Amino acid sequence: MSGQIRLKAPLDPETAKNLKAGQSVLISGKILAARDAAHKRMVEALDRGEKLPTDLTGQIVYYVGPSPARPGKAVGSAGPTTSGRMDAYAPRLMKEGLKGMIGKGYRNSAVIEAMKENGVPYFAAIGGAGALIARKIKKYTVLAWPELGPEALAEMEVEDFPAIVVIDSQGNNYYETGQAPYRRSE
Amino acid sequence: MREIAADDIRDAVAKMAVQACCVLPEAMKEKLREAEKNEPSPTGREILGRLLENAEIAESDMVPICQDTGLAVVFADVGQDARIIGGDFEQAINAGISEGYTKGYLRKSCVAEPLFERANTKDNTPAIIHTRIVPGDKIKLRLAPKGAGSENKSVLKMLVPADGLEGVKKVVMDAIKAAGPNSCPPMVVGIGIGGNMERACLLAKIAAARDVGTRNSDPRYAALEDEFLEMINKSGIGPQGLGGEATAVAAHVEWAPTHIASLPVAVNINCHAARHAEIEL
Repeated sequence: MSGQIRLKAPLDPETAKNLKAGQSVLISGKILAARDAAHKRMVEALDRGEKLPTDLTGQIVYYVGPSPARPGKAVGSAGPTTSGRMDAYAPRLMKEGLKGMIGKGYRNSAVIEAMKENGVPYFAAIGGAGALIARKIKKYTVLAWPELGPEALAEMEVEDFPAIVVIDSQGNNYYETGQAPYRRSE
Repeated sequence: MREIAADDIRDAVAKMAVQACCVLPEAMKEKLREAEKNEPSPTGREILGRLLENAEIAESDMVPICQDTGLAVVFADVGQDARIIGGDFEQAINAGISEGYTKGYLRKSCVAEPLFERANTKDNTPAIIHTRIVPGDKIKLRLAPKGAGSENKSVLKMLVPADGLEGVKKVVMDAIKAAGPNSCPPMVVGIGIGGNMERACLLAKIAAARDVGTRNSDPRYAALEDEFLEMINKSGIGPQGLGGEATAVAAHVEWAPTHIASLPVAVNINCHAARHAEIEL
């Protein structure tokens, strides 16, 4: 995870496309926060032909549902949630211009195909390191659906948010290449 | 009869909720430090270091170790000579969960009904309570909040006796491979063997919630715990599934008598934020 690359969010398409699986990155700028319920609502809105609460062009979405903030803090604990639950929605959002996803865990083949088509990388943040990651989140603003609580669609201002490119826009998968050298059973 | 006030149960549960979610048990920290020392993967070492840093920040800021502060699972051993006064036992536990999760800035992750509205109950109740009546006049409560990332990868297989130990090993390994990075390794793996369908699951849960460093009291099963851990750590999954040896820091086995025709096996995985707190009233 050495040799960290600094990224500015939202991402420009060239940068997004050229990131390589295994690269370690520090993300600064504005990213979106959304998980199950907000994804469902975004895709439902698109299916009805409605406009989304925010433009997805170049955006990175972070799969997160933070714990409540203590007074004076932007968020509580804010580590990644399991990305696979968003697989059903991710390809549709990439079509709308989404340029990055941050979460943890495996993605299905439909998502990886959509990533290749749209030049989108998938980043892993450290699952269960919510207290550490919270320190990188400077501001948290709910954009839509506040009634969803931790599942609301939000914008986050982040500074040096640590992540690793785990699947790149060519479909290279660091979960596979990273594990292979240490596998001692079939 | 020894009298125990329902309010004392509520207060104890509220305190445990915050303690369990924000303070990683020392034994787990020690396991992570050990794993960091022995991990051959540089990425793996870096992740383990960050998890230890995360635990320190959580404790000093009283922020949850992980934002998924889980459903609240409570194991209650109630002495048969204890009498609860001034309220209802389960209500007292739920009042404590409500208070702890609300005042302690913990995430409320419980929906009231699973299929149609999925409306959040807004105070993380109801807790899942496993009560046993035991000898004595005390009440022992153990709270083990459990996030969904690892819980969703739980497995139950109803094997038959002919499947034997090899069959059990395959169930465990298949569960670990399917879980991979999703369950936030390094994990604590709880394995329940025997009983029937529901008992095997409860045994796996009890095993996953056991203090790391403890061993099954039957030497044959203690040896099996070592064997399972070694097998799991040959998978290559490693910290966060990015490759390495520390896929798990512990494998715990609990077993029970079973039917002549059955060999139930359940696997319940705990993430590296293997949280719990215990109190005796």
